[in-house]
Amino acid sequence: MSAFSAIGDDREIDRDEFTPGIEPQATWCPGCGDFGVLKALKQAMPEVGRNPDEVALFTGIGCSGKLNSYFNSYGFHTIHGRSLPVARAAKLANPDIEVIAAGGDGDGYGIGGNHLIHTARENHDMTYIVFNNEIFGLTKGQTSPTSPKGHKSKTQPHGSAKSPIRPLSQSLNAGATYIARTAAVNPNQAKEIIAEAIEHDGFAHIDFLTQCPTWNKDAKHYVPYTDVQQSDDFDFDVSDRAEAAEMMRKTEERLYEGEVLTGRMYVEGERPSYGQEKRSIGEMPEEPLAERYFDEDAEWERTYDNLLQHHK
Amino acid sequence: MTDNELIWRIAGGSGDGIDSTSQNFAKALMRSGLHVFTHRHYPSRIRGGHTYVEVRAKDEDVQSRGDGYNFLLALGDSFARNPQDEAYYGKEELKPLYENFDDLREGGVLLYDEGLLDEEDVDEIELEEHAEENGWHVVPMDLRGIAKEHGREIMRNTAGIGATAAILDIGTEEFETLIEQNMAGDMQEANLAVLEDAYEAASELDVDHDIEVPEGSHDEEQVILSGSNAISYGALDEGCRFISGYPMTPWTDVFTIMSQHLPEFGGISEQVEDEIAAAALALGASHMGVKSMSGSSGGGFALMSEPLGLAEMTETPVVLVEAMRAGPSTGMPTKPEQADLEHVLYTSQGDSARVVFAPANIRECYTQTRAAFRIAYEYQIPAIVVYDQKIQGELRNMPASHFDEEANADPGSVLTEDEIQDAAHHASGKFQRFLHEPEDGSNVSPRSVPGQKDGRYLATGNEHNPSGHISEDPDNRIAQMERRLNKLDDIRADLDENAGHQTYHGPEDADYGVLVWGSQQDTAFEAVDRLNDNGHSVKALGVSDMAPYPVEEVSEWLDSVDQALVVEMNATAQFRGLTQKEIGKYGDKMSSLLKYNGNPFEPAEIVDGFESSINGEDLAATNMKYLPAAGD
Repeated sequence: MSAFSAIGDDREIDRDEFTPGIEPQATWCPGCGDFGVLKALKQAMPEVGRNPDEVALFTGIGCSGKLNSYFNSYGFHTIHGRSLPVARAAKLANPDIEVIAAGGDGDGYGIGGNHLIHTARENHDMTYIVFNNEIFGLTKGQTSPTSPKGHKSKTQPHGSAKSPIRPLSQSLNAGATYIARTAAVNPNQAKEIIAEAIEHDGFAHIDFLTQCPTWNKDAKHYVPYTDVQQSDDFDFDVSDRAEAAEMMRKTEERLYEGEVLTGRMYVEGERPSYGQEKRSIGEMPEEPLAERYFDEDAEWERTYDNLLQHHK
Repeated sequence: MTDNELIWRIAGGSGDGIDSTSQNFAKALMRSGLHVFTHRHYPSRIRGGHTYVEVRAKDEDVQSRGDGYNFLLALGDSFARNPQDEAYYGKEELKPLYENFDDLREGGVLLYDEGLLDEEDVDEIELEEHAEENGWHVVPMDLRGIAKEHGREIMRNTAGIGATAAILDIGTEEFETLIEQNMAGDMQEANLAVLEDAYEAASELDVDHDIEVPEGSHDEEQVILSGSNAISYGALDEGCRFISGYPMTPWTDVFTIMSQHLPEFGGISEQVEDEIAAAALALGASHMGVKSMSGSSGGGFALMSEPLGLAEMTETPVVLVEAMRAGPSTGMPTKPEQADLEHVLYTSQGDSARVVFAPANIRECYTQTRAAFRIAYEYQIPAIVVYDQKIQGELRNMPASHFDEEANADPGSVLTEDEIQDAAHHASGKFQRFLHEPEDGSNVSPRSVPGQKDGRYLATGNEHNPSGHISEDPDNRIAQMERRLNKLDDIRADLDENAGHQTYHGPEDADYGVLVWGSQQDTAFEAVDRLNDNGHSVKALGVSDMAPYPVEEVSEWLDSVDQALVVEMNATAQFRGLTQKEIGKYGDKMSSLLKYNGNPFEPAEIVDGFESSINGEDLAATNMKYLPAAGD
């Protein structure tokens, strides 16, 4: 029997359970896209049938990092750029927990970019939501890795000389098996994509366009937007790597031309998750490791019995 | 120099199998009833470069490297790139023969492989003249030739062992047994044949020398292992089942040992993209209730600064190990130093709240790693085990019974689900995981673990209120800061009562003191014994608790001596500085003997350093530095 009774508790879940009993005053500005992520995440939870005590939400630093302050589950607000390495160890330590990580574009594509590559490569069974507002918000409006070329800010007074990062393409190359873009202004699609991402058995990366009405007025509100699965203009096979790559490139480029393309960009169902891979080579226990520490009958090996003979 | 001991040095190139041969030699001597200790020296290079290991053997406990050596087996560097030319770093092939020549004691034996090192070269270094001067017994043997006859040149190591056994008259039985246990088939046969041939060939030479290898016996079953083994075994026995890391010398050894054994112990090892991730993963696993560790060496540990601070702020238990090597920056990757003390004590922003232990030897590596896990999980605080390349790689024997201890996998201060139901919750529904005043009057506020019903809380690196929500309220700030820092007083009291990590040596009423920490302790103890034999009145104290510092214990000891010499392997007297800062006095009592040339102290060096310091003489040796007490 599990030492964690919240896990697998089979009951009807209400999205209101994910709203804290007393809601803290949000640090987000009025009209901020981050509210859209919070709402969509809460709405997705009943659909995936997870209750607050079996969900762990890991965030980085920035406005996006406050997500777990307003979401009623286990939360770990970590350090800038490092939500993924904390989160993926949590998943390895207890695969029965639903692990979600979140951060901003600076957090995930800048300072934490290396972790994104490696977490995607390893295909951990978790969901990563990147709040992409093309700007550093909490530090008051500096150019970010997704800011367009030529973007002027106090730290780039002559305009950025750098081309923006391509978050979707990069994730595909790195090995993510579910990649989508959605927008705060499209709550229904966002909820569906989050639910799909959570249910996906592998690393799911959502690039979530979140408008910043305070520091990035140029980016408008990401309207109008096009759902590429709904539009006849974009006919591509979401499970085909090459077609997905082409679609991603288009999506990334057109954003800076004012056309907002959203939807599922790549979905690969076959590849085993990292946990499965590790178990298959005998490098991870079948039972969740965390359970063992709370099982009074667990027996613990001693080096005296198992290893010391090599030293005699 | 002490009598009745063998210090056998095997020297060759990196990749020549020097390390494994020395391990077998040491193990064989241990099995024959002797006490052994090894000292390892190698370059940051995979193939080629002078590398040597000294095996010191006595019929009583041996705690340190000795002074020089009395038997040199010089195999020559078979990987030298320019064997015949004077290269940038000197004549490489020959280096294992002539480098540190002067440390071979008078009357010592010098056995070299003339199959590799040719006569002309050897003439050039004036071996004959040196030998005459020092009364050395030079024995050239074609070890390579003997090995080749049975198939493979690499077996010249085995030939060297056979010849050593004959010259020292110690028999080959234990070596044969080891070959039989470690090898099979043709390989075993060939090595046994090489061993025998070399033994016979050397016997015929009838080398006349004065080295007497003592005979001994053990009262109980012995094991031989390294500091890296002991740290790993301590972690495993204390229930650690998760490690994350990134390779870096010399920490890699612990990471490797753990990675090899964790699967069979039901655990998980993760090699990750960098040390920031490594430490972050260890926190993630610990957050879920798993006893976890990570570690690195200097530069890699620097990357762990921010996760380390996060562990302090979120009160996430974790054990980090730091294997020091000579710095700054990349420094000298394979050479020991004790210069990361301030680094591990203070790295990361804000007031630090952490535990730091510096084990002095292999025994302490085991017990103090266990203590680090116990304290970390009970008090929800990061604990660091800081050691160095010296302890990491040295081997010594000890009774197997030292490890015959119960396993303890207790995850520490975690509530059960029933307890969570009765525990305080905030009106938001969150569990109060960071109470200002925990119920039992302690400073530890017990935690919940994801998956436990109604245990939800927020862990955050921001300052936070009892349920974990971010708060900048001044009163809350003070309450949380005080509780986190006061844990250190509780830990100090706990250690004073239960641990006994400080080690006392020598006559209690001595006039002078030698104060030492970490890996230099046992060498200093040997020096103190000799100083007392020389008529001085000296005692020593080895300190392991770097934080929280044992203020009372060390004050009392410093109070009892007229003057103390602080011995450490760094250039800026970091431990002396720490002692002065923590105690706030005795600055005029403590002088320092420092060494930072990449080699650990020899006992005789500490003896010399002590004698010149109390006689007010300048230090004769140029490989050490004397730093007078404040005001001198």
